[in-house]
Amino acid sequence: MMNQIPEVIRTVPLEYYLYFSTALFVIGVIGVLTRRNAIVIFMCVELMLNSVNLLLTALSAYRSDPNGQVFVFFIMAVAAAEVCVGLAIIVMIYRNIRSTDVQLLNYLKW
Amino acid sequence: MPEIVMPNNNQEMALLCLLVPLLPLLGFILNGLGNRKLAKGLVSLIGCATVLASFLISIYLFLDFTANGSKPYLVDFYDWISVGTLQIGFSFMIDQLTLLMMLMVTGIGFLIHVYSAGYMSHDENMGKFFAYLNLFLFSMLLLVMGSNYVMMFVGWEGVGLCSYLLIGFWNKNTNYNNAAKKAFIMNRIGDLGFLLGIFLIFITFGSVSYPQVFLEASKVTGIDTPVMIAITLLLFVGAMGKSAQLPLFTWLPDAMAGPTPVSALIHAATMVTAGIYMVLRSNVLYVLAPTTLDVIAVIGLVTALVAATIGLAQNDIKKVLAYSTVSQLGFMFLALGVMAFSSSIFHVLTHAFFKALLFLGAGSVIHAMSNEQDIRSMGGLRKWLPITFITFLIGTLAISGIPPFAGFFSKDELLAHVYEHNKIMWVGGLLASFMTAFYMFRLLFLTFFGKFRGTEEQRHHLHESPASMTFPLIVLAILSTIGGFLGLPAVFGENMHVLQNYLNPIYDFARIANGAALEAPHMDHATEYMLMGISVAVAVVAIIIAYVMYVKKDTVPAPETAKLSPIHNLIYNKYYIDELYDAIIVRPLMAISTAFHRFIDVILVDGIVNGFGKFVMLSGRTLRYAQSGVISFYVLVMVFSIALILFLNFFIG
Amino acid sequence: MITALLLFWPALAALVVLLLKGQGAKKVAFVAALVEFAIALFATAGFTPEVTAPQYALDIPWIASAGIGFSIGMDGISLLMVLLTTFLIPLIILSAFKHDYKNPNVFYALILFMQTGLIGVFVSLDAFLFYFFWEVALIPIYFIAAIWGGENRIKVTFKFFVYTIFGSLFMLAAFVYLYFQTPGTHTSNVNAFYQLALDSSSQGWIFWFLFLAFAIKMPVFPFHTWQPDTYTESPAPATMLLSGIMLKMGIYGVLRWLLPVVPLGVSQWDEVVLILSIIGIVYASVIAIRQQDLKRLIAYSSIAHVGLISAGIFTLNEQGLQGGVIQMLSHGINVVGLFFIIDIIYSRTKTREISSLGGITQTTPALSIFFMILLLGSVALPLTNGFVGEFLLLSGVFQFNNYFGAIAGLTIILGAVYMLRMFQGVMFGNKSTHTEGFTDLTFTEMAVLIPLVIMVFWIGLFPNTFLSISEPAVINLLSIIKR
Repeated sequence: MMNQIPEVIRTVPLEYYLYFSTALFVIGVIGVLTRRNAIVIFMCVELMLNSVNLLLTALSAYRSDPNGQVFVFFIMAVAAAEVCVGLAIIVMIYRNIRSTDVQLLNYLKW
Repeated sequence: MPEIVMPNNNQEMALLCLLVPLLPLLGFILNGLGNRKLAKGLVSLIGCATVLASFLISIYLFLDFTANGSKPYLVDFYDWISVGTLQIGFSFMIDQLTLLMMLMVTGIGFLIHVYSAGYMSHDENMGKFFAYLNLFLFSMLLLVMGSNYVMMFVGWEGVGLCSYLLIGFWNKNTNYNNAAKKAFIMNRIGDLGFLLGIFLIFITFGSVSYPQVFLEASKVTGIDTPVMIAITLLLFVGAMGKSAQLPLFTWLPDAMAGPTPVSALIHAATMVTAGIYMVLRSNVLYVLAPTTLDVIAVIGLVTALVAATIGLAQNDIKKVLAYSTVSQLGFMFLALGVMAFSSSIFHVLTHAFFKALLFLGAGSVIHAMSNEQDIRSMGGLRKWLPITFITFLIGTLAISGIPPFAGFFSKDELLAHVYEHNKIMWVGGLLASFMTAFYMFRLLFLTFFGKFRGTEEQRHHLHESPASMTFPLIVLAILSTIGGFLGLPAVFGENMHVLQNYLNPIYDFARIANGAALEAPHMDHATEYMLMGISVAVAVVAIIIAYVMYVKKDTVPAPETAKLSPIHNLIYNKYYIDELYDAIIVRPLMAISTAFHRFIDVILVDGIVNGFGKFVMLSGRTLRYAQSGVISFYVLVMVFSIALILFLNFFIG
Repeated sequence: MITALLLFWPALAALVVLLLKGQGAKKVAFVAALVEFAIALFATAGFTPEVTAPQYALDIPWIASAGIGFSIGMDGISLLMVLLTTFLIPLIILSAFKHDYKNPNVFYALILFMQTGLIGVFVSLDAFLFYFFWEVALIPIYFIAAIWGGENRIKVTFKFFVYTIFGSLFMLAAFVYLYFQTPGTHTSNVNAFYQLALDSSSQGWIFWFLFLAFAIKMPVFPFHTWQPDTYTESPAPATMLLSGIMLKMGIYGVLRWLLPVVPLGVSQWDEVVLILSIIGIVYASVIAIRQQDLKRLIAYSSIAHVGLISAGIFTLNEQGLQGGVIQMLSHGINVVGLFFIIDIIYSRTKTREISSLGGITQTTPALSIFFMILLLGSVALPLTNGFVGEFLLLSGVFQFNNYFGAIAGLTIILGAVYMLRMFQGVMFGNKSTHTEGFTDLTFTEMAVLIPLVIMVFWIGLFPNTFLSISEPAVINLLSIIKR
């Protein structure tokens, strides 16, 4: 059953994965650049990470190289940890300034 | 071939030689450490006894030297500085010239120490005074006894230091301190020349030791080579500073700020003649550079004339003597310039006698007059100071060149050589000696004749000096009277010139190098008599004029406030040479110093350094605006940068 | 092993001193410094000058994989520098006794730490070790000056620190470059550096990289402007450390790490260095003439003296180099003595302005004598230490170029001008309000000055004692340079 996953993945052509993950990544980047809410920015960051995960999985399947999938697990683990810390920070920020607007956070200016 | 100077391995002789300078050094240490602690009697005893012992040892060395066939020898003590081929030994060379100078220095030094015991007896720092005097003798003895140029330089600078310390002896007075500083600095200008001369000697001859240098120099072929001219001129610059020749003579009159015995010992009899000693010691180098000798002759003559004219109008008893010293030194250099080496040293010797006498006499007068030095306030002193008067008269006669006093023989011999060499210079020399006779008798008449012009208080205090001061006067007066017989001219018979015969061997190397130049002039007796007659006549005329002016007409020089004729004003103010130096050297130097510091150092050089710092600060200040604190802006920049890198990587690289 | 002992003893002592409380620290520090001097004397007793290879050498791997060794040892020049350092530091500590500095344990510990840095510089035989100690020596002096200094201390010491660090980074860059030029698995040992035969163009720029570091430290004109301010603002012991020993690091660096490493670079640029040095001599002497602050005056005179040393060693002849070595000793002794006397005057009158002083000599025979002797040493009067050095240096410069020698010789005239002006202004004349009631030297002050004055005459009268120690090393150095 598990062996068939790569085959299932391979039913879709590689280009589609590439386009899709690029699109996801760009959406993430644009989201980070344009949105002001810290939580949305955070979600966009996750989106970028997942686009990379998708690409790694796809390539791993096409090239029959499990290393790619190992990396995906690493990334997911790191992302989980990151979410913990990141969300905690955002909560702290919200408690302090009653907002999650990143534009207000310019204390490091000059 | 002259004898090569051999080291003397006789331990006792070496010890004796060492003791000559070491005893005054011992006196210096004892008196210096014991200043204000030792009793005054003990201080003068230490000061005088050490010098007397040196003098006696010098006599012994002199006799021993003559008894052992007059062979010059070296006494090595240890290697002082040795670096590569530059080997400088701490060693002495004993030859005729050294012995002569040793006798003169310690002999006159002793007399002046005795004199000082009386003269300085009221000063609280008498111990310091004797210490300095002893240190001076130590340095002067190193100067004349050293066996190489560096040792001479050691003594040379040492006597300069002592001169500095003694001129500024009364150091509460700023003028005295300035005079001391001026003396030291002017001497240092000369010293630099001397030092460079030593370097050039080392490069040229590969050694600085006299025997090697003279031996190498005697092998030099070709006269007047540039390097020989350079060496001799550089050495002469040193002599100019120490012996107060133009243009470095202005320190000597100022040096009269020191106590009078100092003026007598250092600034008349011994230190200032070091320049003559140096030229004489290097005679082999100088005969190889006739151009330098011409320069020396001209500078000597001009100095003699300039100083003599200034002397005509001075009213300070010591200043008159100081200018007379400068003038006489000019004579000595004139003699060196015409290669009358022995006449020069002969004049050094007689001058030491009579000028020390005159200075000590002046000191006695000043002592009696309660430190008054202005001759306008003196007059008629012969009644109160008979011994001083008679000895001063002898000194004056000697310096004026009246036979049979010492100055006559030396000056006459000197002028005879000049006459042979160059008639115009002879006329100049005669003129200078005319002026000498005039101003010296002016001084004598104003001081000792006529009516007393000082205050009542001074008159009340007038007294003959104590025996410790008159004794040296009498001894020096005797020497000034008979000293001339050391060098009787040829008209009184061949080989009567004791001094010249004695010193003859020191020119051996010079004879090999350039024998032709050293040939003694052959003068027929008629000319010789004529020259003698002329010099005596000139002196007598000068004395008569002075007598008429200052005794018959009883003229007194104009007071400070009087208006003087332009020429009188010019010479009264010493041709404004001090003012000239101040304007062209001292002030610009001070201005440059300030300018260097304020503008170049602080603004330019440090400005560039601080400019670097400021540039970094400014860059930081500008770039910090990029740090906006807007995170999305940072991310935007990051994304664009990544895009740019990717773009460059794929499409350009 | 003796070298290692010399190197680490002061650091060890510093740690002990640091733990002490109160003014007792200075006594311990003084004793420790004396012990260090005794060790140095012991090393001198067993030293054979004729052997040119480093003696008491120790070479253990430090960063073995990179070929960097903890390599120390002494030849004649190093030994003289170590002797100078170990001789002066007890006196400097003793000279500080009369002040009650706050936190004395830190103060004296820093001095001892600095000694380790200084000794390290003089005994290192490995470029990175040298660099390490070079910077180590800087840190304590920075703190001494910045904590116990005068009013402007923060600004001035910051500039000093940044300026010297700036220079040493160039040196580090040059060392790294040289390191990668060594054959095989690379080494930073001094001998490997000596054996490099680089082409003359790369030697040319390495020369400037190294020279910059050393020139700032010495300092040579026009890299000197940190120095008068730093000397003036630092507390007296720091000024003595800086002028007496630390500037010798720069000269020593030239001797050990510049001349033999890039001989071709030196032959390209020696005239430029000589000209800079000679400009510095005249320039600094002229400036010194009008200075009013005693410390600043001596600071400028120090620039002039160091200029002459620098000119002398770049002539690459034996007189110049030996003169440089002996003058390093003499200058260290004289300048420490003079700064100490200024400190004595300052602590009694609370002023260093010449115009507010005067007449001191009337009540202070002992101070006058010591001051005079040190001054005469400084103006190079024969039979004092200064003469031997200046004579040899000028002779070296004169042999290199007659005109250079003549201009450099102006130092003996100008030196007399500013020194005598200072002496006259301070000691002679009438007493001022500041100098009223000036008392003569105390026992401790005498104890500092007497050894210095003894050395003034020792070097002046028997310079061969020291010249003979450094002579084989200098000849060896010259043979490496001229190979």
